[in-house]
Amino acid sequence: MYAYDQYDQQMVDARVAEFRDQARRRLEGKLTEDQFKPLRLMNGLYLQLHAYMLRVAIPYGTLNSRQMTALGDIADKYDRGYGHFTTRQNLQYNWIKLEDAADILADLAKVEMHAIQTSGNCIRNISSDHFAGAAKDELIDPRPYAELLRQWSSFHPEFTYLPRKFKIAVIAAEKDRAAMRLHDIGIQIVEKDGEIGARFYVGGGMGRTPMIAPMIRDFVPLDQLITYSEACLRVYNRYGRRDNKYKARIKILVHELGAEEYTRQVEEEFAHMLDQGVEPPREELERIKPFFADPAFEDGPKTLDRTDPDFALWVKHNTHQHKHDSYVSAVISLKPVGGIPGDATGEQIRIMAQLAKQYSVDELRIMHTQNVVLPHVKIADLYAIWTALGAADLGAPNMDSIEDMIACPGLDYCALANARSIPLAQRISERFDASGKTEKLGELKLKISGCINACGHHHAGHIGILGVDRKGVENYQLSLGGSEAEDVSLAKITGPGFTEDGVIEAVEKVTDLYLNRREGEERFLDTYRRIGMTPFKEALYD
Amino acid sequence: MTDFGTSPDEVQFRFRDDEPADHGTVTVDACCDQTNATAVRIEPGDDARTLLPFLDRLALVEVNFPSFGDGRGYSSARILREAGFTGELRAVGDLGIDQLSHMRRCGFDAFAPDKLLDEEDAARAFATWDNVYQSTTDDRKTIQELRHG
Repeated sequence: MYAYDQYDQQMVDARVAEFRDQARRRLEGKLTEDQFKPLRLMNGLYLQLHAYMLRVAIPYGTLNSRQMTALGDIADKYDRGYGHFTTRQNLQYNWIKLEDAADILADLAKVEMHAIQTSGNCIRNISSDHFAGAAKDELIDPRPYAELLRQWSSFHPEFTYLPRKFKIAVIAAEKDRAAMRLHDIGIQIVEKDGEIGARFYVGGGMGRTPMIAPMIRDFVPLDQLITYSEACLRVYNRYGRRDNKYKARIKILVHELGAEEYTRQVEEEFAHMLDQGVEPPREELERIKPFFADPAFEDGPKTLDRTDPDFALWVKHNTHQHKHDSYVSAVISLKPVGGIPGDATGEQIRIMAQLAKQYSVDELRIMHTQNVVLPHVKIADLYAIWTALGAADLGAPNMDSIEDMIACPGLDYCALANARSIPLAQRISERFDASGKTEKLGELKLKISGCINACGHHHAGHIGILGVDRKGVENYQLSLGGSEAEDVSLAKITGPGFTEDGVIEAVEKVTDLYLNRREGEERFLDTYRRIGMTPFKEALYD
Repeated sequence: MTDFGTSPDEVQFRFRDDEPADHGTVTVDACCDQTNATAVRIEPGDDARTLLPFLDRLALVEVNFPSFGDGRGYSSARILREAGFTGELRAVGDLGIDQLSHMRRCGFDAFAPDKLLDEEDAARAFATWDNVYQSTTDDRKTIQELRHG
């Protein structure tokens, strides 16, 4: 994986020094809270309901065991012993003291990590496919391109005060495991006439106005990748709406201008910028690539003893096909039955780090579904890994099942939330696990948000739940038919909302209907698409 | 070289050796109509490219930041520099210490903040980045260029 050189380290160290200086000026009264807020936000520091929250960037969701161990240690030293993995492949600490923030950033900098641009109206951490470099179905490892974009987007002088936050995802497989088209810019690395290039989708997003990004360019040559990105951003910085923060994301600009007109403006800016020397030298990409070269894979057993049914179940759900046939990628579920989705203790984080060091070429990935991946695991080691995970309460065999839900922090932590997400997630997973229905349902992506900002991706859930405030009472709207994958779609609301108990019953009803109506190997989503909303509405409201 | 705090009027920091323009700015619209205007002020909603036909006669372009969080002026500045504008490019308005280094990189060479800034803090801010990742018109070698000679 990528390792800093002196320059990268220098940039992060400069940022730590700058933040210390900003905190000093705040304490000396030279900065008002209004002035300090956007600065601390650009260092990932939020004020939540009960305490400060610090969000740590994990570029393209890749990290090594040393970094993971440091994250566990920080959880114990500065937080209440927990870290929370997020849908942006990042990690959040929910109980941070402002006076510790600069020290935490310094601890992070020692292991080549930071909280740069994990918040604020700037280009956020670049996300990617969590199986990058391991998946059998990918064209090429997308992370060198993500790293090139990371450097370009870090402290970009022109794009630090954008109309609104800006998220970029890079993938290189037809299967989309990164919700690519629900990003401000989604980039798919593709091959055309034997040449590798980038396909650009711009103007996707969730939030209160969900949009699927239209494709604006089917092929950008790799030696123009940064220039084209810069053109996309400049048009947005100049013309994105700033009169209303709820209409300030690029999706609104693209929607209001129309994809064609936005594209025309980008192409015009791009043509101009090609003469400006914006693109880094081509050698830089060649320098980055070897950091992501395949490790030395060893031939070994390609089959497993599946006589232990619990192990067999975990292997069935939580492993993913690797490009080398003696290996798999193993998913560590952070969704134990009744647990808080995405939470891990400091000790669990260190255990995952240790397993990565011992069994996965010292590498881990964070998934946008709030789980962790050991990307390069020998099939021969799977049983030992599964045993160790089980002992640490990390062995839930539920990837992509209804228990593997995404849930935002909700009203338990977040100042923006209208309703609680976590208790609902906990109750649903307990109930479906106890009844054994989880296994019958197969792939079913449930996503829960505690407010319309949609951090829990409810628009993209096969089943989505949105918590709202209805005359002072928490109320939950149900939606069906969303997907963040290559078959991307936005979920539709079923009708009037439910109480907390009511929405759990509603999930029972729609899943019962699916089990009655499914044909062949259909997933919940497939059945919904085939039979439409009406039968589900009838089951819910008649 | 930096010339902290010695400029006349409201300009607090200026990185130029020539004499500052000695008369007031006009709006972008007026600049297009008035063939003798040599100083103009861009508001966030103005299209900086409107000025491109007149750059030869302009000695000063002010870019107003009514609120520091409105970053349109950064693009305006770069567009003017990319078009070859060599006159004074002055950031005015709600400027803080923490915007200075990025503004400098986008081509601003004079700063007139609404409220005077602490000179020491500003000196530190202008020197925040020993090296930079992005190529702009300020001709600094980027990190990627340094890596590859």
